[in-house]
Amino acid sequence: MMYDFFVDLFGNTTISGIISGFVMSLIPLFLFILPFALFAVYLERKVSAHMQDRLGPMRTGWHGWKQTIADILKLIQKEDIVAKDNDKLLFNIAPVLTFAGSYAAFAAIPFTSIFIGTEVDLGIFFIIAVTGLVVAGILMAGWASNNKYSLLGSMRSVAQIISYEIPTILVVLSLVMISGTMNLHTLSELQTGYVWNWYIFGGPGAELSKFLLIPSMFIGFLIIYISTLAEVNRTPFDIPEAESELVSGYHTEYSGMKFAMFFLAEYANMFAVSAIVVALFLGGYQSPIGYLGDLIGAKWMIPIEQFSWFTIKGVFFVFVQMWLRWTLPRLRVDQLMTTSWKYLIPIAFVNLIIIGLITLL
Amino acid sequence: MSQDSILNTKSSNLKTEEMVLNMGPQHPSTHGVLRLELALEGEIINKVTPHIGYLHRCFEKHCEAMTYPQIVPYTDRMDYLAPMGNEFGYAVAMEKLLGIQVPERVEYIRVIMAELQRISSHLVALGTYGADIGAFTPFLFCFIDREKILNLFEITCGARLLYNYIWVGGLSHDLHPDFIRKTREFIKEFRPNLKEINDLLSHNRIFIDRTANVGILPIDTAINYGVSGPNLRGSGFKWDLRKDDPYSVYHKFDFNIPVGEGTYGSVGDSWDRYYVRVLEMEESCRIVEQALDQLPEGDVQSAIPKRIKPAVGTVYARVENPRGDLGYFIISDGSTSPYRVKVRAPSFVSMQILNELCKGYMVADVVTILGSIDIVLGEIDR
Repeated sequence: MMYDFFVDLFGNTTISGIISGFVMSLIPLFLFILPFALFAVYLERKVSAHMQDRLGPMRTGWHGWKQTIADILKLIQKEDIVAKDNDKLLFNIAPVLTFAGSYAAFAAIPFTSIFIGTEVDLGIFFIIAVTGLVVAGILMAGWASNNKYSLLGSMRSVAQIISYEIPTILVVLSLVMISGTMNLHTLSELQTGYVWNWYIFGGPGAELSKFLLIPSMFIGFLIIYISTLAEVNRTPFDIPEAESELVSGYHTEYSGMKFAMFFLAEYANMFAVSAIVVALFLGGYQSPIGYLGDLIGAKWMIPIEQFSWFTIKGVFFVFVQMWLRWTLPRLRVDQLMTTSWKYLIPIAFVNLIIIGLITLL
Repeated sequence: MSQDSILNTKSSNLKTEEMVLNMGPQHPSTHGVLRLELALEGEIINKVTPHIGYLHRCFEKHCEAMTYPQIVPYTDRMDYLAPMGNEFGYAVAMEKLLGIQVPERVEYIRVIMAELQRISSHLVALGTYGADIGAFTPFLFCFIDREKILNLFEITCGARLLYNYIWVGGLSHDLHPDFIRKTREFIKEFRPNLKEINDLLSHNRIFIDRTANVGILPIDTAINYGVSGPNLRGSGFKWDLRKDDPYSVYHKFDFNIPVGEGTYGSVGDSWDRYYVRVLEMEESCRIVEQALDQLPEGDVQSAIPKRIKPAVGTVYARVENPRGDLGYFIISDGSTSPYRVKVRAPSFVSMQILNELCKGYMVADVVTILGSIDIVLGEIDR
């Protein structure tokens, strides 16, 4: 869409490709990811505060809403400390790579039926692959910091993310078998209609197989939610940055804006994985109760409603992540591996086979 | 290297290097300024060497230059989470040395204060333990209740952390008129909160997985090292000075001594040590209630000696502090200041078992074990 608009404007040249690509990447960044990350940090502080009988930030602006903006401004102004023995190149690239990885994932996430960064047919695989960049960034950060705590943190992180990608992919695979597409946009379109057309309730249609699928889909949903929690290093899987053991893991040595990039990447990632879960299982941008725009005949309202639904669902799962973080203790690194290899992967495998058999029906 | 030689390389022939990791003195979960030198193989602990002394304030030497009453505020600073207990111990030792009898009311108020202090100290232990394991919310829940206890202390003697309340032969102030009512209110509010903490943390599956069967302390090891307090009781040994060597008026109250039973793992694991503290808080509540019911009238300062000049001699007295047996050994040379004051600090003894407990566990378990033996560095270094 946006690409076509620029092609119309400049003609089909390389320049237009570059400009449109640039604009396309800046729009979601400035309109969504950065404000969202700021909002999520604020939300986290408020959620944790209210769960702990506190008030959280209250002084800057109404209920402290300006606090995270002030924090980011502070981080930008801070001195960029690089220790003498750090590997300068890797140390500088790592935060950029981590942020790029989580940011690139947004490209394939369909926010509404008319806006998607790039419509790749391998959408979901693209997201899984590109978030792998985060792993590289974390490992680089841990190694380049020349700090044992950072190294331990990054090693744990890499082991964790890689182990938890397997159950994620197995669940994604089962969905691909049912829907026959890896394109998140198409997947969301398939779940159009009402709540019971979402894949968590067996997907569209009313055949027998739909009802047989429901238990497997619930299991799949739980598995993918747990694994995505681990992939974004949230409690109970926040082992890489376990502050009581490893101070703050791979970003111990970072300060100022480089630290902020890790920080923003973490919060952007939280939404990215929630968005994947929503797009796969909970109808993506589809409304559960029909559109007001359809009702009053205003077609232009539908994308806005879709965007709102998508954001609401995504933010809800981000909220659940925060809820878990402030309730649960953290697992130990070997227990984390056990959870993945002994429980989640076998269950996901059996689930995949059951779903395969049902789809054969 | 040929293919054969690669295939024949056994894992035992591969060279691995031990990594030395410095934990502390500035680390979020060493509970103060403790430095641990960890010898690691990957994430497995080979050896833990604690290095202490970062908080050394020459308490024992300092005492020799002060008169007996002047020492009281300095005892506060040893176990800064349980100053009332420290003062209590010093007062018991000094009264034994001087051979004076204090009024009943004083003893009752001392017991109330010491038990409230035990609750507040255990709340910190529980809260920080949760935080060590990654659950931060119980920490703040515990601190809300601790805050209420500190408020009770504040209306009693004006201070919130270092009280200088229990003097040799008496107390610095009598109870505030509101104290009894407010304490009863606190205990009424505290019991449901304790249950909430139990639901949130003690019986949480992840918490159990982290703490059960981790850092098992067998009874004989505990006794050989001289471990006392909740750590010893966690190993299943019923030893509490309040019952076994009663001092003050503890013999007048009805309370139980909870011991570790290995509910989720082996007896003497971290969970047992943790849970003994939870149960002890309930027992402390019972003692405070009984003491409030029986509280006699009287003057709290009548027995305070004008000038303390004990006869030549020595005394050893010990009390059950939240962290174990706190002993004072005082040598008097007949002057107004002691010739020597030696303190047997329970945390100092407990910390020695750290290496024994941590061997073979992972880095994350060091934090778990260290938290479960609940040390206070102010007491270790003095």
